[in-house]
Amino acid sequence: MPKLASPVSILIADDDAQDAMLVQMAAQRAAVGLRLECVTDGEQAIDYLLGRAGYEDRKTHPFPSMMLLDLKMPRLSGFDVLDFVRRKPELRCLPIVIFSSSDDPKDIKRAYESGANSYLCKPHSSDDLSALLKALQDYWCKFNHFPPQH
Amino acid sequence: MNKLEHILLAKDNEDYALLFQRALQTARIQANLLIVRDGKEAVDYLAGAEPYADRTKHPFPKLVLLDLKMPRMDGFEVLSAVRQRLGFTRLPVIVLTHSDNPADIRRAYELGATSYFQKPDSLEGLDEMIHVLHAYWLKFNHFPE
Repeated sequence: MPKLASPVSILIADDDAQDAMLVQMAAQRAAVGLRLECVTDGEQAIDYLLGRAGYEDRKTHPFPSMMLLDLKMPRLSGFDVLDFVRRKPELRCLPIVIFSSSDDPKDIKRAYESGANSYLCKPHSSDDLSALLKALQDYWCKFNHFPPQH
Repeated sequence: MNKLEHILLAKDNEDYALLFQRALQTARIQANLLIVRDGKEAVDYLAGAEPYADRTKHPFPKLVLLDLKMPRMDGFEVLSAVRQRLGFTRLPVIVLTHSDNPADIRRAYELGATSYFQKPDSLEGLDEMIHVLHAYWLKFNHFPE
């Protein structure tokens, strides 16, 4: 049963500002009612999730329903973030979708083993990106039920 | 995407499994739906235990759709067997159930569910869900080898 519309907030962790901006633009075109929050490295992603280091206010920085996570990032990589989140009891249910330019089978295997829910490769064209975001929104925001937040 | 993909559906209601099969055909999705009728069968199938030992006849699925309320072993027990005992950490397992109880949703994610869907209660809803599942998992998602 498709769910009632409720504001869905997605945390995007990507050090490439252009990629993050393209996602936001494509999301605006393809999807309504998504709230996207961006951080640019793994350490910031963890700070955001824990609500510290500038992310204390949950009104301006809501705890996300899910995270789109790049793998290659400075300071802490996407793999480090995955490991951290899955070991932290209050974070471990958070759905994490890898969003990476790598289609290396080793990265894909390691991401699933570290607890990624799904693995998407960054498309090369903006049309493909829009199609991907539409599928992502239909799947995660329309049909999937996110874990309840506490 | 015309590659034949194997999807394991664990559901004790045979009528629903048939509806699901029909919806796949209507959508012209070339997926091979493998059906098991309870949680014990699901675990045996994934473990490759008899009568599912022959992987040419009973291929390992790319994706599992798992009901929660089933006889012998329920979906929660299946999830924990799949993730812990069998160690299949990379296999996407999507819960597909009547329940939208937050406690069930939380418990399913805690046991390692990839995602949680509530079963559509109409044929149109089922068709739409199958389109969305197909687009996301079989067109865009990258699976481990």
